[in-house]
Amino acid sequence: MACFTVPAAEAIVTTVIAVAVKRKEKKAENSGSASAKTETPSIKMSVKLGWLNMMLWGGSILLMFEHIWHGEVVPWFPFLTAASSAEDTQEMLHEMATVGVTMAVLVTAVWIAMVAVSNAIMKHKPAPEGEQTS
Amino acid sequence: MTLLITVFAAVICTALWYFKLHDSKLMFGRLCLMYWGAALMWTVDAVFEYVEQEAAFFDPAAHDMLNDAFLGLSAAALGLVIWLVMLLIKDPRHVLRNTLTKKE
Repeated sequence: MACFTVPAAEAIVTTVIAVAVKRKEKKAENSGSASAKTETPSIKMSVKLGWLNMMLWGGSILLMFEHIWHGEVVPWFPFLTAASSAEDTQEMLHEMATVGVTMAVLVTAVWIAMVAVSNAIMKHKPAPEGEQTS
Repeated sequence: MTLLITVFAAVICTALWYFKLHDSKLMFGRLCLMYWGAALMWTVDAVFEYVEQEAAFFDPAAHDMLNDAFLGLSAAALGLVIWLVMLLIKDPRHVLRNTLTKKE
């Protein structure tokens, strides 16, 4: 009905956060602060937030397309056919609270796992040539 | 069927990104993330549907399956269009800019 609106709302918030983080990183780079110059190579937080944004925006847009396909989203007010009656609205809100929230939580959980794996990969130093063991 | 097609699109894109198209200028990783995001969301949708319908979930009507397959392919095509628009707007290799500003 309108489950995609929950990850879309999260996408708006994370996009704002990503913009703020990017600005902060640029400021730190320009000022040449010590925190900007780390010894070990690492992926910037703004890049990592970009992964979450892409998953949330992409998923929300494709799910919105599905809802348009099924006639649940219309180009006129109130845009959601379920919002036309009180009974349907209640059902829609219930779906948003269950399916929508689970979608947002799952995508965020996968992103956290991606960040953890990328951090582990970046910390791992490859063995010099000739020292590899089978 | 929509979920299945999106998962296939995500897997194919990720494999292409890993083996061939990992140049960040191509922004192919963004397409992968878009498909994975949609696949995860449709997985949640499928789980809730399964809880509701139980065994009937795995026995859809042929008409519904065809409609879902058509929807899945359309969603995959929409993802490709969004990626292409992003690529043309960013124009990392200045192909579009050079073509438009080229003097006769």
